[in-house]
Amino acid sequence: MSDDPKGEIHSLDLAGLRKRLEGLAGERYWRGLEELAGNDAFEELLRKEFPQQTSAWANGLDRRDFLKLMGASLALAGLGGCGRAAPPDEKIVPYVKQPEGWVPGKPLFYATAFTHNGAATGLLVRSHEGRPVKIEGNPAHPDSLGATDAFAQASILTLYDPDRSQVVSSGGAISTWNAFFTALDGEIEGQRLNGGTGLRILTEHVISPTLADQLRSILARFPRAKWHQYEPAGRDSVRAGARLAFGEYVAPQYRFDAADVIVALDADFLSCGGASLRWAREFAARRRVRGGKGEMSRLYAIESTPTTTGSVADHRLPLRPSEISLFAGALAGRLGPSANEARKSPATGSAQWLEAVARDLQNHRGRSIVIAGDAAPPFVHASAHAINQALGNVGITISYTQPVEAEPVDGIESLRELVKDIEAGQVSVLMIIGGNPVFTAPADIRFDRLLSRVAFSVHLSLYDDETSASCRWHVPEAHYLEAWSDTRASNGTATIVQPLIAPLYGGKSAHELLSAVRGQPGRPGYEIVRDYWQRQSRGDFESFWRKSLHDGVIEGTAFAAKAVKAKPVSSPESQAGNSPATNKNAETRESLEIIFRPDPTIFDGRFANNGWLQELPKPLTKITWDNAVLVSPATAERLGLTPKIGTTGGERGRVFADMVELTYAGRKIRAPAWIAPGHADGAATVYLGYGRARAGRVGTGTGFNMYTLRTADAPWQSAGLVIQKTEAQYAIACTQYHHNMEGRDLVRSAALEEYRKHPDFARDKDHPAETLYPGFQYAGYAWGMAIDTSACIGCNACVIACQAENNIPVVGKTEVTRGREMHWLRIDRYYKGDPNNPETFHQPLPCMHCEQAPCEIVCPVGATTHSDEGLNEMTYNRCVGTRYCSNNCPYKVRRFNFLQYSDFETPSLKLLHNPNVTVRSRGVMEKCTYCVQRINAARIDAEKDDRRVRDGEIRTACQAACPAEAIVFGDINDRSSNVAKLKADSLNYGLLTELNTRPRTTYLATVRNPNPDLKKT
Amino acid sequence: MANEIDKTLAAEEIAPVIEPGHTYASITDKISAIVLTRPTPRLWYLGFALSFLLVLLLLVSCTYLLVVGVGIWGINIPVAWGFAIVNFVWWIGIGHAGTLISAILLLMRQKWRQSINRFAEAMTLFAVMCAGLFPLLHLGRPWYFYWLFPYPSTMGVQPQFRSPLVWDVFAVSTYFTVSFLFWYVGLIPDLATLRDRARKRFPRFAYGMLAMGWRGSAIHWHRYETAYLLLAGLATPLVVSVHTVVSFDFTIGLVPGWHSTIFPPYFVAGAIYSGFAMVLTLAIPLRKMYGLEDFITLRHLKNMGEVMLATGMIVAYGYMMEGFTSWYSGNPFERYLMFARMRGPYHYMFWALLVFNVLIPQALWILRVRTSPLALFIIAICVNIGMWLERYVIVVVSLARDFLPSSWGMYSGTMWDYAVFTGTIGLFLTLMFVFVRLLPMISIFEMRGLLHDETEN
Amino acid sequence: MAGVKRNIVYGLMAEFATPEALVAAAERARAEGYRRIDAYSPFPIDGLAEAIGFHRNLLPLIVLIGGAVGCLGGFYLQYWVHVFDYPINVGGRPLNSWPMFIPVTFELTILVAALAAVFGLLALNGLPMPYHPVFNVERFELATRNRFFLCIESRDVKFDAEATRRFIEGLNPEGIYDVEN
Repeated sequence: MSDDPKGEIHSLDLAGLRKRLEGLAGERYWRGLEELAGNDAFEELLRKEFPQQTSAWANGLDRRDFLKLMGASLALAGLGGCGRAAPPDEKIVPYVKQPEGWVPGKPLFYATAFTHNGAATGLLVRSHEGRPVKIEGNPAHPDSLGATDAFAQASILTLYDPDRSQVVSSGGAISTWNAFFTALDGEIEGQRLNGGTGLRILTEHVISPTLADQLRSILARFPRAKWHQYEPAGRDSVRAGARLAFGEYVAPQYRFDAADVIVALDADFLSCGGASLRWAREFAARRRVRGGKGEMSRLYAIESTPTTTGSVADHRLPLRPSEISLFAGALAGRLGPSANEARKSPATGSAQWLEAVARDLQNHRGRSIVIAGDAAPPFVHASAHAINQALGNVGITISYTQPVEAEPVDGIESLRELVKDIEAGQVSVLMIIGGNPVFTAPADIRFDRLLSRVAFSVHLSLYDDETSASCRWHVPEAHYLEAWSDTRASNGTATIVQPLIAPLYGGKSAHELLSAVRGQPGRPGYEIVRDYWQRQSRGDFESFWRKSLHDGVIEGTAFAAKAVKAKPVSSPESQAGNSPATNKNAETRESLEIIFRPDPTIFDGRFANNGWLQELPKPLTKITWDNAVLVSPATAERLGLTPKIGTTGGERGRVFADMVELTYAGRKIRAPAWIAPGHADGAATVYLGYGRARAGRVGTGTGFNMYTLRTADAPWQSAGLVIQKTEAQYAIACTQYHHNMEGRDLVRSAALEEYRKHPDFARDKDHPAETLYPGFQYAGYAWGMAIDTSACIGCNACVIACQAENNIPVVGKTEVTRGREMHWLRIDRYYKGDPNNPETFHQPLPCMHCEQAPCEIVCPVGATTHSDEGLNEMTYNRCVGTRYCSNNCPYKVRRFNFLQYSDFETPSLKLLHNPNVTVRSRGVMEKCTYCVQRINAARIDAEKDDRRVRDGEIRTACQAACPAEAIVFGDINDRSSNVAKLKADSLNYGLLTELNTRPRTTYLATVRNPNPDLKKT
Repeated sequence: MANEIDKTLAAEEIAPVIEPGHTYASITDKISAIVLTRPTPRLWYLGFALSFLLVLLLLVSCTYLLVVGVGIWGINIPVAWGFAIVNFVWWIGIGHAGTLISAILLLMRQKWRQSINRFAEAMTLFAVMCAGLFPLLHLGRPWYFYWLFPYPSTMGVQPQFRSPLVWDVFAVSTYFTVSFLFWYVGLIPDLATLRDRARKRFPRFAYGMLAMGWRGSAIHWHRYETAYLLLAGLATPLVVSVHTVVSFDFTIGLVPGWHSTIFPPYFVAGAIYSGFAMVLTLAIPLRKMYGLEDFITLRHLKNMGEVMLATGMIVAYGYMMEGFTSWYSGNPFERYLMFARMRGPYHYMFWALLVFNVLIPQALWILRVRTSPLALFIIAICVNIGMWLERYVIVVVSLARDFLPSSWGMYSGTMWDYAVFTGTIGLFLTLMFVFVRLLPMISIFEMRGLLHDETEN
Repeated sequence: MAGVKRNIVYGLMAEFATPEALVAAAERARAEGYRRIDAYSPFPIDGLAEAIGFHRNLLPLIVLIGGAVGCLGGFYLQYWVHVFDYPINVGGRPLNSWPMFIPVTFELTILVAALAAVFGLLALNGLPMPYHPVFNVERFELATRNRFFLCIESRDVKFDAEATRRFIEGLNPEGIYDVEN
């Protein structure tokens, strides 16, 4: 049995091992750890070091998984720094008006921003006694509006990650900042003489004004030096598309709340892309219908890979990428002024679609949006721009502004150029600021090999990763919560990034490194950033500075709209990579199109060592800890894939997927194949970011590295993929494999028409709730929650927010395969209808806080009881762990500490814990508490000034994070409260009410707005 | 074989529950000799050694369990109960035959009970001990098991008496106590007998102390019989209540496949069923090993076979009604569950249990089978397996397929699950071996009384 | 008083081969007017106790009381815990959800009654009593095998070493023994 624990004790020569450890110098030492991890002696040493984990260890969580349990064995690394939970030396400004300094036990909020995927999300970070602990969105920030995404939420775990790089290292040996700066100075001197001929700087796409300013001044100082930008998941095709359409790069700004009809061309705009949070908010705002009335916008999604956007679309058409180009072209032909009326119509089947969509767009001129996705080929973008222009949407639903990137360039071109120079031996000093090009560069660019040709290469990064390994120098970067910087929202609004804590591991920011290049080593980032903005601001700088820090946004920095004119788009044949022509060449019987996408949870691999994101079920597949090759059911049948369910965990846990061999562009890789309902036939999606070799103890070795297939000429999609099934099978940790509702009315839905006819369609199914016993009366507050399933886009932000707020442990892949993941809040995903293009439903499931809780009566020790405000409460230290409550919970929202999951050992992770939430130990049950700590905090405040808690004063972690405002929490006794109103609405229904559990958490049924004259095919 | 049959057919007429030719003296000597004088059979040593090895296995796995946690078992969410609860119910069920034989049959004046009630009671005790281990071990924090008992707690909190688990605690501990008293009271006169037969000093002393100075005074006998009768009267409803309460663990829960009113009766029937199966499983080898065919006659085996047949039919009826109600109720969850049992991932278990529990025991309709120790032994084993499977199907399959398809999962025992289970079997056998070695496995004084009654008429 | 009788024999004991003989002898002895007599047998014999004049049996009453105590105590324990000691909302059920208190009440009824029965038995029989004069008789060990004994105690007012011995001889027993004190 695969579960059989292996308890055998290994023979051990501790002395020898110690010698070996001493023998290893720092940098070597880290690599040494990974190697050591391979042998029994190391296990034994760990056993000695961590008796507490020994248990979990011997239990046969496989060694790596165990190491993954968030930084076990950290002390081995001799980590000293993590004790230093101090505020930064400079003055930073709390968000709320409060006396300087802390009121002990009272958290402070600081405004800052998290830059991800080419735009910033404004944040308010909660700090307890100087420890940043929880991230919230900044309502004042245009790209956040108070919400956050999973990445932003999880970034705080990266801050405390014990695996982060902690030492400057040179050629693998521990060194010091001084040594580095001295060396750097030498090189820079050399460069100054020749104007920087050999100086190259490789960054990710820079949107920080200060950083851009620094780079420009460096280029001014070294005229012959070059600055390159590359990001694996960059938005090159957006830029290229804009250039194609307008001749220059402009950034489209969408307003989805103004759109009645939205056509998404391979665009997952609800969860990817700069402003996705705002877009989700605006989109959801147009999806709410109440009391049988109201209008809804209509969303058509044409996409290859199932995405969250597609999952909430009213109509979804799975097409291969090449077909999407044709479709876009054809649509442009119908609507656009473009010169290609005569283009051949796209693949059969979508013809009817084309008609319907075109007509619908025609009927909503000026009130529609056609949006192309970040990964869609430039031609599709250009077509979208053309259509929008033709429909007169520009200025109403869409406007164009200057880009947020300081120097918008095509990343891959830029990288190619750098490579050319290196090959030509012109590069002597290469500074890689962030990023991990060795891992993420296209497979046909062997970046690691090239690096060895550069005499002086520096890599500044959070982790000692693949790139660091092949650079001369590695210098640790400061996390964004540790360093001063600035950044821009997608509409240009700038934010000062202020640190909440002094660098834990002595890292430095990009600003500080570059100022060294400008001959000012050791100049604090604070000065650099402040200096830049001093130059920008007029008037009283102090108040400007203070206000900007306080608000988290800098007034008047948003870009003004630009007037641009779209040119007719040329035919897709001219587009590289995805042209039907190439398809034809590559078209053989079993040839498929390959689709590259950044992973939904670990993105391009930068979050690979983030346990929260690794264990976060992917929005639709619910896979954790791995990436798989997604294919449609039909394609899977053709390939003869037969996944099996494991005997333990089963549908919730272990699924054995067939290993397949992908052959593409002369390269091969083996990976598990996953059947994704709604995926386009004849195509396969592979997710980037997994298969890291030097990610850290959590991420190393998880999944399969798809960069090894990716080529520079076709970064996102192309034809010519051949998939061969192998005999091998691979255990995938999947938290929900059974996606059929089995005819149970769990998620209730109706079309808008139907809803208008009888608004209480969801209520019809409710059951009378008689009971022999008189119910309890809830006089004071009665907390309740309503979740709008039409608004929910299944983006997972709430899940991570919950994990961060409630100290929920990560259990590792093995435990997930045993069906033991600990998330208090999960998002159930159900499919309905044709598996080739099903209707998808998301249903977030926190604890229902039943008024007649089945879990409570069966607890023999009264460890779970009811508060007089209607909360179903767990008393951890009374729990003996019979697990009867979980058995008797019809919603299965209870989670049990089968082993010691919480990490009581790792110093840095102790800093992460929310001090207001108990850290649970082995053998106790736990579950959603409606964030009772927040309720109590608010109640205390309210009682202090002798009033009731105001509606909206308490926001649960999930609610606060939700970009779509799908989750509403409040006092249902207060008739005027938002939640009470929702519960009174005709759409409101309770889950499994026939059991007479009287859940306090209820749902609003899904209403969708299909196009009447588009029959589902 | 043939003459065995004739014997039985004869037994049908004159019904000797004790072979002719015995006197008070012979009975007394023969039975007490097993403990006092006769050399211990080699088989005993062998059996004891083997079962004690299993006890060691139990100790190892318990230690590991306490150190690491219940995570070493296969349990998960949704199937948070696995082997532990299955075994608990199984053992408790087995524990039912003893008290039933001693109490109910006593009240029914069934003379044939008297040669088997003693070790049946012992079996009850040991089975309940094994059963009791599991609820304790399966706790997430076993060291706090005493929180399930009411005691003056510094925390000022008490058990939550609405929970069936607390009912279990009371039912099982009461059952154990009463069974123990019943058994011990029954032993007192025989301990006195051993005291008076024992020649060596220590046994004399030990048995003497245990006998508490019993001297067979007429008045003592009189009160003794009243007490014994009263205990029987108390034990009878108790036996029924215990497995009813155990079934409440499930019926009080609202899990489809648990939440059913048919459970209490057919759990009790099932308990008696498995109990008698276990008595046969033990009695048949024992009477061979110690040559007790005179006292445990084919008549006994035949009767027990008949009880098994009867209770087996009740259990079968239970299965039938379960199926029927789940269909007739129209409750989609119940219906789906029934379907899942028959066709789902665990279908093989379901069908196997029907074969073991319903099909095979039908052979008991045949007299030849009922009177063939070997056949009875095999059937008894089958029933033991079948009953275990039944509990497995009830506990695991129901949890694996409850209300939200999103949280459907599966379960399978790990090697540690099996280790603990076989460990308790070892414990049970070990205690059994110790018992037959040190105490009279047949009630001597009752056999004397039996002989007396026999000779009277 | 006991001191006075210290050095006198405890009584006279007669041995019989069959239960019937013992019962007959016991009846005769009682008819003779002896009151302090006791009979010993390897198994219970119907009518023997009556023969030596034993009538009132307290045990059933004790058990009844035990049962009543268990029942009331059991229910009150739960009622007290959930209504007075620690009243808290559990699953929306009323504090006194008496139907759910029945199982424990029942079990405790049985438990206490059973304990009453056993300890009542021991108490009434004066057990444990490891030493008793009758054990001094060599052949008494057969009382737990196949022999039946009748003992007339010296405490009996009618007891007279000679007369009683003569009377017992009249019962033609298998043997007559002095029971040392």
